[in-house]
Amino acid sequence: MMSEENQPRIGVYVCHCGSNIAGVIDVGELAAFARGLPGVVLARHYKYMCSDPGQELVKQDIAQHRLNRIVVAACSPLLHEKTFRRAAEDAGLNPFLVQMANIREHVAWVTEDKKLADAKAKAQLAAAVRRVAGHESLQRKSVPITARVLVVGGGIAGIQAALTLADAGKEVILVEREPTIGGHMAMFDKTFPTLDCAACILTPKMTAVKEQPKIKLLTYSEVEAVEGSVGSYHVKVHRRARYVKEDLCVGCMQCIEECVFKSAKIPNAFDQGLGMRKPIYIPFPQAVPPIPVIDRETCLKLKTGKCKQTCLEACGERGALDFEQKDWMEEYDVGVIVVATGFQAFDPTPMTYYGYGRYPNVYTSLEVERLLNAAGPTEGKVLLRDGSTPKTVGIVHCIGSRDRNYHPYCSRVCCMYSLKLAHLIHEKTGAETYNFYIDIRAPGKAFEEFYERTQKEGLNFVRGRVGDVEPVEQNGNQDPRRLMLRVDDTLEGKIRMIPVDMLVLSVALEPRDGAAEVRRMFNMSCSSEGFFLEKHPKLAPVNTANDGVLLAGACQGPKDIPDTVAQADAAAAQALVLVDRGEIDLEPNTAWIDEEVCSGCKTCIPLCPYKAIRRDETKGIAVIDEALCKGCGTCVASCPSGAAQQHLFTDDQVYDEIEGIMAYV
Amino acid sequence: MSDATSSPSGEPFEPRIVAFFCNWCTYTASDLAGTSRMKYAANVRVIRLMCSGRLDPQFVVAALRRGADGVLVGGCHPGDCHYQEGNYKCLRRMELLRRMVGQMGIEPERLRLEWISASEGEKLRDVVNAMVAQVKALGPLKLEPIPRPNGDEESDLQLVGASDEGVLA
Repeated sequence: MMSEENQPRIGVYVCHCGSNIAGVIDVGELAAFARGLPGVVLARHYKYMCSDPGQELVKQDIAQHRLNRIVVAACSPLLHEKTFRRAAEDAGLNPFLVQMANIREHVAWVTEDKKLADAKAKAQLAAAVRRVAGHESLQRKSVPITARVLVVGGGIAGIQAALTLADAGKEVILVEREPTIGGHMAMFDKTFPTLDCAACILTPKMTAVKEQPKIKLLTYSEVEAVEGSVGSYHVKVHRRARYVKEDLCVGCMQCIEECVFKSAKIPNAFDQGLGMRKPIYIPFPQAVPPIPVIDRETCLKLKTGKCKQTCLEACGERGALDFEQKDWMEEYDVGVIVVATGFQAFDPTPMTYYGYGRYPNVYTSLEVERLLNAAGPTEGKVLLRDGSTPKTVGIVHCIGSRDRNYHPYCSRVCCMYSLKLAHLIHEKTGAETYNFYIDIRAPGKAFEEFYERTQKEGLNFVRGRVGDVEPVEQNGNQDPRRLMLRVDDTLEGKIRMIPVDMLVLSVALEPRDGAAEVRRMFNMSCSSEGFFLEKHPKLAPVNTANDGVLLAGACQGPKDIPDTVAQADAAAAQALVLVDRGEIDLEPNTAWIDEEVCSGCKTCIPLCPYKAIRRDETKGIAVIDEALCKGCGTCVASCPSGAAQQHLFTDDQVYDEIEGIMAYV
Repeated sequence: MSDATSSPSGEPFEPRIVAFFCNWCTYTASDLAGTSRMKYAANVRVIRLMCSGRLDPQFVVAALRRGADGVLVGGCHPGDCHYQEGNYKCLRRMELLRRMVGQMGIEPERLRLEWISASEGEKLRDVVNAMVAQVKALGPLKLEPIPRPNGDEESDLQLVGASDEGVLA
């Protein structure tokens, strides 16, 4: 078999990809060119190589013409390499004797001049032909998958993914940074377009998480380090001291009641700072777990050591409070990770012309959600900062979205939540509301109908951007509580001046501040705007470039609740695929040491990021632990004697590829 | 091979540039540029490596020796390497190599290292175009032909004699 393998009999297949390739590249000429290359037994071109008949062609030729190497000149190997490897395997050929030449993404789609495209395609094809001649049969290595899933982030995405996985009987570790799960959805009042109460549909799921024995919930905690790879990750979770023991506390809240702070004085982040809390608090009444947390920055006992500690007394014999508690680390082994770290609301402070932070009655949309929420700081009343009810409210769309100075993308949900806010404010206060929009984007199920409904309710819509916001002048004095909006009404074709009592800024959804660190920790890529990058935008929307790491929710891009839930379930399904299969095949592109050649110089050892190389002291040579090697090839490039080699990327194979890419055209 | 690099009289010089792209960032960016139908110069020919850290400086030399007028290397941004730090290794090697080729009389500008992430299709296009313009300005790389170790013109592989039957279309 070896000797036959050493005599390459290469079959070359040039794909038309309909007109995608054949419309630019002369596929007939390319096949003819291939026939002149060394080792090529036959070269064909065919309309769709990835189709069944296309693959069948390869299989038949392998049998009939005793082909022992295959080159497919088609799309990117990242797309269809697996397809053709499988076809070869079906025909009894080792799948690693297949090589693709990328003449679609790298040639046909990017080259205007057809002659130059032909030349480049020939170079790429010749490279593949020359390289494949030196390929060897390789065996895939399969690794077991630990049947436990880490879900990072306890918003609706993480909650949904965790519940689905747990319902399927899988163990889940759910890590949430805040003291409670629920995320942004827990802050909302109603959800568009159905006007379901957000809490009514979310809190049952939160409670289910708490009661699901398969889910280990770690709140007030952050993943600090991740080691390993698909199937066997080792994660370290930093658990912050909440100074209340979760196993002893029953959530009676007496400690909060009896805190020496008689009134709540500290801005509650959950209420966007509009509501107040004590140093010992729960973020909102339905928090899960329903266990208070003591803020070490404001608690008198923790800050100064001097306090009557009335909270301790209130807890009494239960003894759930513990001022001596320290942060600690917990470690878990998991096989798959679902990242669901969500988004953050855009801070409009830099857009000074809107006066956010300067004029008291300019709010972000998220702040207004809290005002509308019955569990919020005003118990659901829409009140201005002086306690009065607004009579006129302006809502400005696209704050930070569709704006080259901030985020060029559309945040997808703002049109709909703005309509919702206008509807709710109008319903609660009877106020005149204005939506200032660029375009109304209502493409979801029942969205357009909701838009129509709000129009019929007498809400005002003005197409145009708000340019300036100035306090209204009255008798020569400026009143910072009333605001004059200068709007370019692009439908009427004129500038309008509209006075309002309340201005709501519909802020963009953007990647969280720490997204870059999270991305690095989980070895993901991100898109240009900073959201985590899916493996394929259409066909692998929840997978990432890292096989064991999946995405759910707005950390992948702005999306509404239905899409988030759907994506979370998709991520759970992908996690189940891995966990239930129990093992995964890895690419055999690991490095190895040729013992005969290695001089034992140790150059490679410190270069390995995975500590996969050690020195065998008795033989005086380097040894690579294949189980630890991830196949980057850094050691191979550094080896002065050529003893280190990488499967699928040996020095000879790369030199052959260079030779092929240069020698003919 | 020197024929291939020198342009026939009257024809504009079309440089041949060999690119080594890492699988996770720059190769994917190159795919994205394709999917987005961005048009760019056809002078760059791509070799995929798993990591820019796999780039043996001798690959670059081999490409130049085989007639490339320039070599472009693409890896993940600092801190973003799929294999943690292979791109840093590549950076060091390329810096050294640029100095070395300078001593050999080859313009260091013929070697270029760029960080291009998977989502930066536009950057890929712009880098390729800029590199091609730069190498065009430099003109063809003229190296003395080096005899190949086995003395062959082409390859030690045999031509098996391809049949003409393969046209289905």
